[in-house]
Amino acid sequence: MNRYVSGFCQYRLLLWELVKKGIKLKYRRSYLGIIWTLLEPLLQTAVLTIVFGTLLGTRTKNFAVYILAGRLLYSFFSGATNGAMRAIRANSAMIKKVYVPKYLYPLSAVLFNYIIFLISLIVLVIVCLFFKVYPTWNLLYAFLPLFLILPFSLGVGMILGTVSVFFRDMEYLWGVALMLIMYTSAIFYDPTNILKSEYALVLKLNPLFCLISNFRAAVFNDPINWKMMAYAAAASVVVMILGFYMFYKKQDKFILHI
Amino acid sequence: MGENKLALEVNDVSIKFNLSKEKLDSLKEYMIKFLKRQIKYDEFWALKNVSFTLNKGDRLGILGLNGAGKSTLLKVIAGVYKPTTGTVKKHGKIAPMLELGAGFDPQYTGRENIFLYGAVLGFSKEFLKSKYDEIVAFSELEKFIDVPLKNYSSGMRARLGFAIATIVEPEILILDEVLSVGDAKFKKKSEARIMSMFDKGVTVLFVSHSLEQVKRLCNKAIILEQGQIVASGDVEEVAEIYEQKTK
Repeated sequence: MNRYVSGFCQYRLLLWELVKKGIKLKYRRSYLGIIWTLLEPLLQTAVLTIVFGTLLGTRTKNFAVYILAGRLLYSFFSGATNGAMRAIRANSAMIKKVYVPKYLYPLSAVLFNYIIFLISLIVLVIVCLFFKVYPTWNLLYAFLPLFLILPFSLGVGMILGTVSVFFRDMEYLWGVALMLIMYTSAIFYDPTNILKSEYALVLKLNPLFCLISNFRAAVFNDPINWKMMAYAAAASVVVMILGFYMFYKKQDKFILHI
Repeated sequence: MGENKLALEVNDVSIKFNLSKEKLDSLKEYMIKFLKRQIKYDEFWALKNVSFTLNKGDRLGILGLNGAGKSTLLKVIAGVYKPTTGTVKKHGKIAPMLELGAGFDPQYTGRENIFLYGAVLGFSKEFLKSKYDEIVAFSELEKFIDVPLKNYSSGMRARLGFAIATIVEPEILILDEVLSVGDAKFKKKSEARIMSMFDKGVTVLFVSHSLEQVKRLCNKAIILEQGQIVASGDVEEVAEIYEQKTK
């Protein structure tokens, strides 16, 4: 264990450099640069609001805030897990030539997405104020899902990263799985009816749905569903332990498969 | 004092690769073969029972034909490959110069790459900042330091890699034919820097096809043949054996 701690300290700069590289290169050579972090969710939310709000007639008040809150969390999850899944292969040139603790690659991919995600929350603040959704004390609870989504995404990312080294097809399968996760996370529809039906479990078993709906509850000053929060927290811990365990067990074999 | 201290112990290291024999085209085929346990691999031992020890200050030349396992051995020592069996014990900081600039990012500028590659090698930020000017000066890239690396020539890239990797004085230095970096002028400079490390008593592992170079730089040598050590000892004796083998 001690070896790992001292190893981490030695490679702290590398972790930071990798995170920085992700952020820097993401927007390099685009004219608006980092502003896209804010503009992209804003424009996408506008499209979703027009399609699902105006055209399909979901005329709930503050529908834009509702969509944006869900979409921001989901797009972090999808970006982070995809990044972590591809991290080993993307850095194969480095892995083949120098020894560096390998978990740094998926970890840095998740962290860089998390930083971009945190920056993009500024959009949510602006949109909330625009639609007159003002903060209450309840908003403090928003920190819980905002925090929990990090270990959850990291755990899923580590599992995917390990599996996809040996089984490249995972990248395509995960694309499909992400679509399923998106629809069962109730990002652009109101899940009240489903939650009352016999299919409620489909949503409730999705930890991401639990996080997103509690995040929205905090934003809209609704009561927090602590059962769902506890479930999501437990899922995060389990997934993260599993992810690191799998990664640790298999990491010496990576080099033979990349 | 410390004259006979061990720097590196390689104990009975073997490494096995599985080369898949037949190409399995579909998942179905794979599953069937997997369930029937019919997936066959050609076992290939890239290294077999390799053992040697080096004292501090020893300079080991590794000789052998292409595919003899020289680079694999260096990668095992650098920690890139984990041996299938056997152990490697290192005493001291290792500077792997396997392929210079392995951590470079082509979209990054030279300046950014100094910090990135430095971090890959495990240096701290303060250290890199204090050595930054020295790195730039040594690589002679002052004019191009803010240009993205993809616009560098391969020689420029190698010069930058060399300058960063040799900024510390490591205890163990792994050289995989890097002494042929850049133009004649830089070659002289880089050789001088390596020589100054030699004088300070660094332990060296050196792979080269040039017997003359090995004789000049090393005091010990081994010959690898199909992953096994077939000769080891003083450089003069081993070089003679190698000369006869390659006649």
